[in-house]
Formats: sequence, C-alpha cells, structure tokens
Amino acid sequence: MKAWIAFYSIFRKDMRNYYLKPPNISWGIIFPLAWTLMFFVRSQSPVDIRSILPGVMAMSILFGTTSMLAVTITFERRSRSFERLLLAPIDLNILMLAKTSGAILFGLLNAFIPVVFASFLINLAGINWFIVLASVFFLAVTSTFFGLLIAVTVSEVFEAQTFSNFFRFPMVFLCGLFVPIQNLPPFLRPLSYAIPLTYGADILKTAINGEGHLGMGLSFLILMGFSLLFFTISTKNIKEKWIY
Amino acid sequence: MRVDILRVENLTKRYGDFTAVAGIGFTVQKGEVFGFLGPNGAGKTTTINMLTGLARVTEGSAYLAGIDCVKETKRAQKLMGIVPDESNLYPEMTGYENLDFCGALYGLEGKERRDRAHELLQVVGLQEVAHKPFAAYSRGMKRRLTIAAGIIHKPEILFLDEPTTGIDVESARQIRKMLLNLNKGGTTIFLTTHYLEEAERLCGRIAFIVAGKIVKIDTTRGLLEKAQRGQTVQFSLSKGSERAGEVLQAAFPEYDWLVVDGQTLRVHSGKAIDLLPIMEVFRDNSLALYEARVIRPTLEEIFVQITGGEQRKMRAGGGAK
Ligand SMILES: Nc1ncnc2c1ncn2[C@@H]1O[C@H](COP(=O)(O)OP(=O)(O)O)[C@@H](O)[C@H]1O
Ligand SMILES: [Mg+2]
Repeated sequence: MKAWIAFYSIFRKDMRNYYLKPPNISWGIIFPLAWTLMFFVRSQSPVDIRSILPGVMAMSILFGTTSMLAVTITFERRSRSFERLLLAPIDLNILMLAKTSGAILFGLLNAFIPVVFASFLINLAGINWFIVLASVFFLAVTSTFFGLLIAVTVSEVFEAQTFSNFFRFPMVFLCGLFVPIQNLPPFLRPLSYAIPLTYGADILKTAINGEGHLGMGLSFLILMGFSLLFFTISTKNIKEKWIY
Repeated sequence: MRVDILRVENLTKRYGDFTAVAGIGFTVQKGEVFGFLGPNGAGKTTTINMLTGLARVTEGSAYLAGIDCVKETKRAQKLMGIVPDESNLYPEMTGYENLDFCGALYGLEGKERRDRAHELLQVVGLQEVAHKPFAAYSRGMKRRLTIAAGIIHKPEILFLDEPTTGIDVESARQIRKMLLNLNKGGTTIFLTTHYLEEAERLCGRIAFIVAGKIVKIDTTRGLLEKAQRGQTVQFSLSKGSERAGEVLQAAFPEYDWLVVDGQTLRVHSGKAIDLLPIMEVFRDNSLALYEARVIRPTLEEIFVQITGGEQRKMRAGGGAK
C-alpha cells in the first residue's frame, strides 16, 4: 500500500514535470505527426496507408519512449535528485517501474496519433483493436525498458540521445516494417530476429493487415522476454554503478 | 539510561587502492547530537553514504535500531532522514510540492502529508515562499527546505552532511537553532561538519575523523577542557618587526613563539599567559604593538593538540588521492 503511494507520486511528478510540459507534448505530437505525414504523403493509394500504419505506429512508440527516458532518468541523475529516490525506502524494482510508467503511457498515446490521422483518410474496419492495444502496450514496455537500459548506461543526456539513435535507426531498418525481412541480405536477417521491434511490428501487421508471418503468441512471449531482460540488466546496472 | 541507536563497527570503504574510510567504529546514542568532525576529504560524506545506502560498504557493519544497514538497507532507510551536502530537491517544483512528494516517498497518506508539509514550512520559516519554485530559493532557503524534507516522515535519526557549509551566517544560525529544537523534540542527530565551533555548539559528543580514521571520540565538554587548557595570543606589530620573534623567545623561553609574518607574532602556552611582562618587553625593545588578541584554537590546532601530531603522520601514510 505504502509502496503504491510512492509509485503514484513518482508517476504524477514525472507527468507534471516532464511529459505534460509544452515542449514534450509538442515533441510527442509533432514527431509521430511528421512520420505520419511523411509516409502518408508518399503513399499512392488508401491501401498503402493501411499497410504502412503498423510501421508508423511502431516508430512513434520507439522514438517517443526512448527519448523521454534520457530526460527523466539521466537528467535527474545529473541533478542528483535521483539520489533522493535511491535513499527512499522503496524497492528498486518498484521505483524503476514508477519511473518508467510515464514513458510507457506516453508511448501508448504516441502510437495512436497515426491511427487518428489514418482514420480520417481511410476506412479502418476489420482491425482487431484488442490485439493492436495489447501489442502497442508490450511494444511500449519493451522500448521503454530499452531506453532505460541506455539511460542507466550513460551519464549525459546528450550521450543518451546519441546512443539511442545509434540503435534506433538500424532497428527501424531491420525490423521488417519498411523493408520486408525476406528482402534483406541473408547475413542481416539473423539481426532482424534479435531485435524486439521485429516482433512488435509483426503482431501489429497481423492485427491490422493480416500480413504478419510470425506466430502471435510467440511474438508476445518474446516481447515480454526482452522487457524482462532489459529491466533486469538496468536495475542490476543501477545497483552496481550508481550505488558505488 | 543510554541506548545505542546506531552501532558501527570496522566500517571501511575502498575505491580501488584508495582507502576513503579505514575501519571506523562508533556508536550513536538515542537522543544525542553526534558530531563527525574533520577536514575536507576526511571521509565524512563517504561514511554517511555507506550508512544511508548510497555507497556500497567494502567491509564492516552498521546497525540502526538493530536493523542491518548493509543487508536490510530499505528497512533501515525508513528510520533515516537524510540531508545531503548539496540540495537534491526538484528545482522546477515549489517548496510545498517538494515536501509533499518527499512525504509520499515515505508512504505518508494524502492528508497527513499535506498537514505535515504545511507544518514543516512553518518550522523552517518558508511558508511565505511555499508556492515559489525551489530553483528561485536562496542557498539558505534551499538548505532549510532540504532539512524539512529530511524530517517529513519523523525519522528516528537525522543525518546531516555539513548543513551550514556554503550558506550565509544568518541562515546558518537559524539552522543550528532548528536542529537544537528538533533534538529537544527527541530526534537523534548525526551531523558532519568541518567547523569546530559548530560542533561545539551543537554536539554532545564529537568524533574527529582524519584521512578516513577516527582519531578521537569524546564528549564535547571533555574535548574543550583539554583544548582550553592552553592559550594562544596573537600580536600585531608595526612593519619590519622581524626581530621580535627572537627577542621574545629569548625573554620567555617557557612559551612557544611563532612568527607568522613580519607584522604578526603568536605565542602559545599550555597554561594561561601573563600578558603584562610581555608588553614590557615590547616597550623596552621599542617594538610598536597595535593589538594583542586571544585566539580561539582552530580546528587544526586542536587536532594537533589532541592527536599529538599523529594527524601529519597519518596524512603522509594515508595514501594518495
Ligand atoms: N567515488 C569516489 N571514487 C574515488 N574516490 C572517492 C570517491 N568519493 C570520494 N572519494 C575520496 O574519498 C575521500 C573522502 O571523501 P569524502 O567522504 O567526500 O570526504 P569529506 O566528506 O570528509 O570531505 C576523498 O579523498 C575523496 O577524494
Ligand atoms: Mg563531504
């Protein structure tokens, strides 16, 4: 019970201090918006829009979540206010879940901005929204924890940004959203299956277009596995490097 | 009746080859103000960090009210209030919001938390700026709010790392008063400082820490008695009085004379110094004396006195930074 008071307060504080600040709101909206427009303008037909929707959603999530962690974790660490959290009688796992919950929600909302746009342009009938929501959620969790891993590995905000771009762009290229995996050079294909985005994107494709080629259950399991892995390494890093 | 609330044994912190804290041991009694006094780099912050769970303990143990601070850090942290050497509150939040947030970190419920925040703003004299952002506070105000944040959950023991360093005299005075009141109310206080005077005014007992080792623990009264057994007087002379040192050393060989510079001369003795004969020697030798002033022993001098020069030996052997 007491842990939840702390959890909720941390979540609320981050929301107020970071996510609901105009620069971040606009960033959160403009970024997916730019992706959306860029791809939709290029699309020749309404059918096209539908087929790129999963990709735009996945990218919104990936970029939205990872860029926020650089602020909420790295920045607080530099200003030493993160120490206050480490000194509080809160289990580190709960603490880090609280610190990441805002980014997860932010990622979820970001994912639906392209959907709102698409809904004006095309007919979105026949989509399994429950699966879309589930996959967006797990993708948001995984990519938030990925951002967390980067944030706890570096010590400067700009390093976090640079470092995440180093991973984000290759991931987008390799995940099969824009270039189908079977069209990639054979030596790159194993890499595609080593990144979580591939699985999230595949579920989205199945739910929106029926175009996925991996088993959905397996994809969900793999996403959860990645989440757990990123989270565990992150908390271990904090324990080893920040409590020195 | 004395109850130990904090018991520390052989506490050690090594950073690679460098030993920052070298096997210290002490106990803090419930209800006292315990001072941890030492120069910069002595290991004060490192000790607090180990006790509060911010630094890993290399060796040794610490028990707070019977709870193992090393193995059960989170349980022990419930009983601790911590005021770090630099304010670590949130600059974009107001004073009130900061307190409310810190209360929540310790699991205080909504109403309790709000009442407590208002009460503490009153205690630290910040109710007028309660709704201004923390970033706009002066250093002294920041420090006071950080103390309020440290006691929001009514901790058993409050750790303060140099609470008056780097702030103006008036704020420092207010803070000392606040701490004494807090202690009267039953909070045990563990405080680090490098000001002897502050330790003297606030603490019931003092541990001297030098280069990672405790060189002396005693009650403040006991320490002062020893320190005040001697006396130091400083004379200000006219320019070009270099010969004064020799003249006076010859006239009063029973005292220790120290030429600080061409205009300043110091005399120290283990007993009270009789000034009249000294003045006469000044006059007889046509040395113009402007001022004679009794100097309180500095931290450095007391160190030397207490440890009999051991401090220098330890510094030399304490390893490089
Ligand atoms: N993270 C660290 N790595 C290496 N040395 C450190 C670290 N933190 C502190 N030290 C060293 O440990 C010694 C004690 O430091 P500290 O506890 O901060 O002293 P104090 O608080 O008494 O001024 C200093 O010599 C300092 O340079
Ligand atoms: Mg210090």
